[in-house]
Amino acid sequence: MSAQLPPGLQLEKVDERIMTLNVGPQHPGSGHMRIIVQIDGDYIVACDPDPGYVHRGEEKMAEYRNYITNIPHLERPVIHDSCNILYPYVLGAEELLGVEVPERAKYVRVIAAELNRCVYTLYWLAIYGIFLGHSTMFMWPAGDRELFIDLLEKLTGARVTHAYFIPGGVRNDMPANFEDVCLRQVRYFEKRISEYSDVFYDNPILISRTANTGVLSRNDAIRLGTTGSVLRASGVDYDVRKKEPYDVYDSLDFETNVLKSGDSYARSKVPWLDMMESCRIIRDALSKMPKSGSVRTKLKPNPKGGDASVYKRVESGRGALGCHIVSRKKPEPYRVKLSVGSFRNLIAMPYLLKGEKLGNMPSVYWSLNYWPVEADR
Amino acid sequence: MYVTTGEDEANEGEEVRLMSVPVPTTQPFLEKFPDATIISDDVDRPAILVPKEHIIDAATFAKEMGFDHAESVSGVDFPDDNQIEVVYHLGSYTNDNLTKCVLALATRAPREEDPRPGQDSTRLPTLREVFYSVEFHEREIFEMLGVYFEGHPDNRRLLLPEDWADLPPMRKDFAIKGR
Repeated sequence: MSAQLPPGLQLEKVDERIMTLNVGPQHPGSGHMRIIVQIDGDYIVACDPDPGYVHRGEEKMAEYRNYITNIPHLERPVIHDSCNILYPYVLGAEELLGVEVPERAKYVRVIAAELNRCVYTLYWLAIYGIFLGHSTMFMWPAGDRELFIDLLEKLTGARVTHAYFIPGGVRNDMPANFEDVCLRQVRYFEKRISEYSDVFYDNPILISRTANTGVLSRNDAIRLGTTGSVLRASGVDYDVRKKEPYDVYDSLDFETNVLKSGDSYARSKVPWLDMMESCRIIRDALSKMPKSGSVRTKLKPNPKGGDASVYKRVESGRGALGCHIVSRKKPEPYRVKLSVGSFRNLIAMPYLLKGEKLGNMPSVYWSLNYWPVEADR
Repeated sequence: MYVTTGEDEANEGEEVRLMSVPVPTTQPFLEKFPDATIISDDVDRPAILVPKEHIIDAATFAKEMGFDHAESVSGVDFPDDNQIEVVYHLGSYTNDNLTKCVLALATRAPREEDPRPGQDSTRLPTLREVFYSVEFHEREIFEMLGVYFEGHPDNRRLLLPEDWADLPPMRKDFAIKGR
């Protein structure tokens, strides 16, 4: 009987011992996705992630719009990190359209991208906190995130969906007093962020729940092709900002954070350490940037790309973010492919959850720095 | 009690090797695979098109060079050539000479006007045995362009709904309404 039903609708065999459990898509702990777990008692024996509930066809839409009108919708998969998701697309479009970027615009972009990384990481940290039952760790990052949102609102005019980067620079220059306000808020945040360790990262309850759960070895992290904080928590020193610097990252002073243990605790700590480096980058960029000059090279109306394809990548809040653009001498790109960190880290989920207790699922799942909407695109 | 390590396929296999490779990366490919086409000779972004018969050998060769993971896999539909191109962007975490390099290894599958995904001639051999990290990417290409990967252990849909009965949506002849 079940053999005649179409795939996906077949009846499942019921085992006496193994129980199948659907976590999500309505369950708040799963994000906008479903995780099908098979459990034996309290232990997970198999896990099958089922994303796609928020697939919006961004790549298909990009084939129908020109290089400029693609900007507002391509940032939608991850609105908290909208500067970083646009970054590789804009870098690729610049190469295809042959546009030079003014020096000042490169610094403004780096500052906006780092502010956005902090916005994203604080949002993620708030979710991570609440799903471990630590409501203070929800309130603190959610409150401190407002600092960066206010700064970005000053800079770009919008609180979350900025559409600020364009091929040739950025949309508008900084407001007059931005430097002072930015420095003041970043300095405050650098003091504030160390308090997170008192309440969260040095908390024995957090350590007992996350240390030695979901351990990803160095070799497996490389083999599975993971990226970003997941990779660096497993002892691989790889950050696109350092290894293949784009814009002005090679002239700025910062370090890459690498931890060796590869467990949920290390994966939750790397983004927090990265935020401190982001503050350093912002301060350094503010001091080194040219104090005046243009921030935008004017484009020709409806510019056409050449007959070429480019692959550009940047380091986003969730890891390396690549954009493959194929151009065929038209105002619209022929194909835009976003290779996002969340999608690449998803492959580690079934691997890490196998053998864990069901109660450890939130700590492992959210430590993957996974954003379901971005993975689905 | 279940243990985490030692059970999964991803955990098996040899240590990740360290090897240095001379630049440019494309030249050894051309010597080994004479029917390959060099698309770009750029040091950081070399691009090679390989016939599908040699794609597994070419990927194994790239792995020996030091590329250890797939950054991205994209499918591009070319209705004019009657072909679908699959581009594997390979990167390296372990080889210091290749950290800036992303190799675009492309291959092409025949394209059919009236596709029946999984049952027509639009097929390619999977690279999952060579690069474990392509698993979900290839599943996405299968549903979005209808390229069936032979030997892939899990050719199910990933992002599209189970009851999707239209053309694979990333093909050029699938048009958005009103556009």
